Amino acid sequence: MIDVVDLTVRYGVAVALHAVNLTVADGEMVALIGPNGAGKSTLVDTLSGIRRPAGGTVRITGRLAHVPEGRQVFPDLTVDDNLRLGGWRIRNRDTGPIYQILPGLAPLRRRRAGQLSGGEQQMVAVGRALMARPDVLAVDELSLGLAPLVVADLVRHLRELNAEHGLAVLLIEQNARLALDLCSRGYVLEAGQIVASGSAAELAASPRVADAYLGASG
Amino acid sequence: MSDFLQYLITGIGGGCAFALVGSGLVVVHRVTRVVNFAQGSFAVIAAMTASTLLASGFPHGLAEASAVAVGAGAGLLVGLVAIGRPGTPPGASLIITLGMAVFAYAVEVLIWGDQPRSFAGVPGAVEFGGARFQAHYLLIIGATAVVFAGTGLLFARTDVGRALSACASNPYAAKVVGIDVVRMGLLAFGIGGALGGLAGVLVTPIQLVTFDYDVTLIVGGFAAAVFGGLTRPMHTLVGGLLLGVAQSLVAGYGNAAYQMEVALMLLLVVMMRQAARTPAAQQEPV
Repeated sequence: MIDVVDLTVRYGVAVALHAVNLTVADGEMVALIGPNGAGKSTLVDTLSGIRRPAGGTVRITGRLAHVPEGRQVFPDLTVDDNLRLGGWRIRNRDTGPIYQILPGLAPLRRRRAGQLSGGEQQMVAVGRALMARPDVLAVDELSLGLAPLVVADLVRHLRELNAEHGLAVLLIEQNARLALDLCSRGYVLEAGQIVASGSAAELAASPRVADAYLGASG
Repeated sequence: MSDFLQYLITGIGGGCAFALVGSGLVVVHRVTRVVNFAQGSFAVIAAMTASTLLASGFPHGLAEASAVAVGAGAGLLVGLVAIGRPGTPPGASLIITLGMAVFAYAVEVLIWGDQPRSFAGVPGAVEFGGARFQAHYLLIIGATAVVFAGTGLLFARTDVGRALSACASNPYAAKVVGIDVVRMGLLAFGIGGALGGLAGVLVTPIQLVTFDYDVTLIVGGFAAAVFGGLTRPMHTLVGGLLLGVAQSLVAGYGNAAYQMEVALMLLLVVMMRQAARTPAAQQEPV
């Protein structure tokens, strides 16, 4: 599904990612954890083609859709127009199925996305990504700044999408506990390099992850 | 009273040109955040092109339409130079458009010389409520109404319009969903060129056009666009019409030499009012 080999990305002379290797198989949920500024968003931006690699290869079979960090809705446009734009690449205008998958959005369809709460905007961002009929969803910071109940609702939706539609997910999270709980496998990215990888249980048990990421998040 | 009506109608006609040039500025600014100072040149280039085509035997309609297409092409060309290289900051692009406007003088003088040009518009005159004005004003007003309605529909009802709005609303998110932001910017420049070109061919029959007529249009058009905060087309229409009528009344009851000063005063007042009302008037609505 996603096959990243020796990926290097630079901003000018600064190296944002250095020789990163990462895979996501069909229908798999994979976590990418790491501190602020580790290069997680750079990696997703490169996967979705916004950024060009300086070296290495990115191979994606099927379609990847991107739920960007900070929601990044179109604030002046309605929820429905936000969703429609998600289907731009594949000329998909049918927003109906999205309201069935995410029924919470149905009553908001005529509202401007900029007026919604953070949780509602995150739902719009997920719905917009689903409009691209993706095989794999790259979610950048699902939980950041959202209340626990809202996060739980979003997680439930991701689980459903994965179980019922076979959607693969690459979940970028600062909340390592949440990420390792939801995903079966994970990577730890620090200072642009993968420093650990393995099953969620292995990562959770490793002292490095437990000290740096699980201890702090309680 | 009939004098007033006459000034009103000629003012609306002139204001339509400002509104068209201003809406071209708005379309380009909304999508690219660049203030396109070459916007007035598109009008001059289209006006000159139409005069040449008409003089060489092209029928009315075809000549004007071709001239508007040339305006759109000029817009695209300016867009390519100004924003074609991804990552060019809007401030740098603005300076490039200013440079392109000056460059356009050289091209215009080289091709068409420095003498004013005009061509015949809709023939005849219309009497209405005791006022008498050229029938061509009706074409200006009608065409402007149609174009504004069409532009409104384009932005509100079509996929391309939504994509253009998306680039204006959140360029990063536009890239995330796969919209080519640079291409949309170029499209906006093309639309701006067509709107400017239309202003040029509509106004030439009532107004001699010289190579530097773009200054008049850009000052008026900018005043109209600022009236709409550089983002709202309908406010730009209202601003353009108000400015046109104000200029026409000043010229009719006072002195025609002060027309430009009226535009500059209105521009100043609107900008000061907006700056006082919202400290962030220069920023995009978030």
